[in-house]
Amino acid sequence: MKGLLKIKNLHASIDGKEILKGIDLEVNAGEIHAIMGPNGAGKSTLSAVLTGRECFEVTEGEVWFEGKNLLELPAEDRAREGIFLSFQYPVEIPGVSTVNFLKTAVNEQRKYRGLPPYPASEFLKMIREKMELVSIDSRLLNRSLNEGFSGGEKKKNEIFQMAVLEPKLAILDETDSGLDIDALRIVASGVNKLKRPDNSTIVITHYQRLLDYIVPDVVHVLYDGRIVKTAGKELVAELEKHGYDWIKEEVNSAK
Amino acid sequence: MAKEQDDILNEVTEGEYKYGFVSDVETEMIGKGLNESVIRLISQKKEEPEWLLEFRLKAYRHWLTMKMPTWAKLEIPPINYQDIVYYAAPKQEAKKSWDEVDPELKATFDKLGIPLDEQKVLSGVAVDAVMDSVSVKTTFKETLAERGVIFCSFSEAVKTHPDLIKRYLGSVVPYSDNFFAALNSAVFSDGSFVYIPKGVRCPMELSTYFRINAANTGQFERTLIVAEEESYVSYLEGCTAPQRDENQLHAAIVEIVIEKNAEVKYSTVQNWYPGDKNGKGGIYNFVTKRGICKGENAKLIWAQVETGSAITWKYPSTILKGDGSVSEFYSVAVTNNYQQADTGTKMIHIGNNTRSRIVSKGISAGFSSNSYRGKVKVVKSCQGARNFSQCDSLLLGDKCGAHTFPYLEVANPTAQVEHEATTSKIGEDQIFYCNQRGISTEDAIGLIIKGYAGDVINKMPMEFAVEAQKLLQISLAGSVG
Repeated sequence: MKGLLKIKNLHASIDGKEILKGIDLEVNAGEIHAIMGPNGAGKSTLSAVLTGRECFEVTEGEVWFEGKNLLELPAEDRAREGIFLSFQYPVEIPGVSTVNFLKTAVNEQRKYRGLPPYPASEFLKMIREKMELVSIDSRLLNRSLNEGFSGGEKKKNEIFQMAVLEPKLAILDETDSGLDIDALRIVASGVNKLKRPDNSTIVITHYQRLLDYIVPDVVHVLYDGRIVKTAGKELVAELEKHGYDWIKEEVNSAK
Repeated sequence: MAKEQDDILNEVTEGEYKYGFVSDVETEMIGKGLNESVIRLISQKKEEPEWLLEFRLKAYRHWLTMKMPTWAKLEIPPINYQDIVYYAAPKQEAKKSWDEVDPELKATFDKLGIPLDEQKVLSGVAVDAVMDSVSVKTTFKETLAERGVIFCSFSEAVKTHPDLIKRYLGSVVPYSDNFFAALNSAVFSDGSFVYIPKGVRCPMELSTYFRINAANTGQFERTLIVAEEESYVSYLEGCTAPQRDENQLHAAIVEIVIEKNAEVKYSTVQNWYPGDKNGKGGIYNFVTKRGICKGENAKLIWAQVETGSAITWKYPSTILKGDGSVSEFYSVAVTNNYQQADTGTKMIHIGNNTRSRIVSKGISAGFSSNSYRGKVKVVKSCQGARNFSQCDSLLLGDKCGAHTFPYLEVANPTAQVEHEATTSKIGEDQIFYCNQRGISTEDAIGLIIKGYAGDVINKMPMEFAVEAQKLLQISLAGSVG
């Protein structure tokens, strides 16, 4: 299936300030896209707008997901349609274990798709399988969601949730930030194991290092609210070598 | 951003009170107002012995000398005590069989989900149902009697077990204790009496269900629980009232006596009508609850979920007299819209090596005010007392208030007293995180509240924990912010 996600001329602002200034992007099933760019380019805003965070106002443009008008759906329905965001800063919910949280989430998503709730034993079996897949400690999953977790544990937990929810489109927002090299490897290998021909991933990152482990099919550079360059994975090395300044210059001289 | 958060809060906290209906039951009421002849009339209607009338009159005369307390963080509109009806009773012919009871009365309790027909009852729970001023029906009396357990209405106990009532009435909460206790002692109409004999573990949960139905009336009930040595009982009270524009007064007393090695667990699900979204109507709930751990190693556990009432003034307390006695207090108090609550506990350590634990969770939404007020007192002669208190407040929105007033009076240096307090808000971040996993905002709030209040809910008897959890969600429906 082609054209899982289609973004056309997307403009979005917060408190009257325009952050996204006309994004065009198409992601096909089975592809991994990397969105790179300097700080303040609008990378996190893009993930927030796609997942339905209400503090951003979409002023222009369209977003289609599997032929559905995404912008008309509330955040929870976008998730139920199969969009997953690995948060840059995962929140804590005291008193609610990751397992219980996921049980609620999985069953809500199943309800939306017209499926009955997971029988408890099957759910636990599935949880155990996914746990092994991303090698996460079961003790972590019975503790309050993200409470007292280290930075690495939080990110791992995001990938674990992704494994359980099996999204069609996963957006990894700065998943590498705050991770040491070992944690980075574990997280990346989890993502790679979850890759299937019918799902897609958007990796949002500032640095190259995550992309050493998760190899993208397409690389975009986001700058000042627009995608200013799109190329293959070789672009990653070029950016690492020369930084973002040459792209900024290119853009500014073209103006 | 703040605006959206408000919208979400509003959505979630706009849940409706589900028990606001009025039943069309024929009711016998006396005239409004309070004086000695009203008290004599109540006593006469209940065919009480002379000593009990004397108790009431003493309490009344003392009440006349007292003023309503003003120290709580509550704004209480003036209450005209002459404008209240002090006795109202559903009319029913003297206790015939349950089949002959007014069907409307039965329907009321059915509608509230309170099973009074023993055939249909959840196994393991015996119920005493009190409507307005009288007890309507107590279930499983015979089954309990086989074990020597007495569970009946207070009025009945006055007739059948006068010696016990005479011995314990006012022994934990004297009529002179406070303004509302004096008022209750003067005019109390009914309530429940529980007696667990020595060495008996009560075979089922005991539950009293209080319902205010008649308009313009006050409800003044008394509960008395006596647990003899080595006994155990778990008791639960629940309460609801119709939706009315006028405020109604509820002033109750609970007294609990626990002997050596005995244990009592007292749970409350308080869901009196809280008033409407604009703060109109609702019950004024002024309650004195106190237990005494008389003997060695006696234990008293309080567990409460408080979601109702326009105003709540309530501090379930324990006097730890017996050496090694233990008390625990677990509370979730929810206020929404214009509700006000000033609630907490008192732990009074007298016996050596007595221990107490306080876990209080306040949740405030709308324009409400929610205060925790707790006292831990260790007397001079008490060696080795220990207390741990944890008081958490959760705010939904920015128009509500949460306050904590802990008082410590420690007169013995061997005591170990710890206090922890936190205040947090349900953040837009938390809600969005849940949304992003496919969980709706309403369910997200439910989940967050459940996590927050879990420590307390888990202390409720199993049959009621689920109900309590639902109640929390309903009380806050429409209130997230």
